[in-house]
Amino acid sequence: MSIEVRIPTILRPYTKDQKTIEASGATLAAVISDIDSQYVGLAERLLEDGALRRFINVYINDEDVRFLGGLETQIKDGDSITILPAVAGG
Amino acid sequence: MTLEISRIFVDAILEQSRAEYPDECCGVILGPVGADTAVRHKPMVNAAHSPTFYEFDPKDLLSLYREVDDADEEIVVIYHSHTETEAYPSRTDIAYAGEPGAHYVLVSTRKEIAPATEFRSYRIIDGIVTEEPVTILD
Repeated sequence: MSIEVRIPTILRPYTKDQKTIEASGATLAAVISDIDSQYVGLAERLLEDGALRRFINVYINDEDVRFLGGLETQIKDGDSITILPAVAGG
Repeated sequence: MTLEISRIFVDAILEQSRAEYPDECCGVILGPVGADTAVRHKPMVNAAHSPTFYEFDPKDLLSLYREVDDADEEIVVIYHSHTETEAYPSRTDIAYAGEPGAHYVLVSTRKEIAPATEFRSYRIIDGIVTEEPVTILD
């Protein structure tokens, strides 16, 4: 099973500057764990206390995972995951 | 680094900040990949509708990045307004800053300086704020 994951500029230092990486896993949590085994340290940038960081948006295909099942969202073969930094501030 | 920006965009951003007052306004200016040239202005909706916070709606954010990728563009400027404080990045701005290649522009419409306004630009990388000169092109 292969999932395409799009990596934002700010996290590309972890992926040797690759914009897109391949990963596998049945849930978003499993995919993130697989990504972290390939690119050590990436999970730490996405998760905090076992939840997605507030500053990071993750989409499966076109849907924000916060409106799906969060980290437990099921992933199917051929799904595309996009990670983007939130654009926000005070 | 210097931000070079057309007066048309500066005026449009200040106009937007006044129109959306008392909420903060926000948006981006896009340009061709690698050129660091601000050519296409795209005002964004502040999904927070707040005088103290701004946030691009997550759906708008995804469409923006798709659009930018498809057009071989990048985000050159990310701007927002401060309505009651100086045009300097707040702690929240610094915590959220996720585009190391972008010029973070802040404008201020605070009353103390009216009718004057502030238009300032920064790099925000790994929590470090560096102000940079702004050259307005007529």
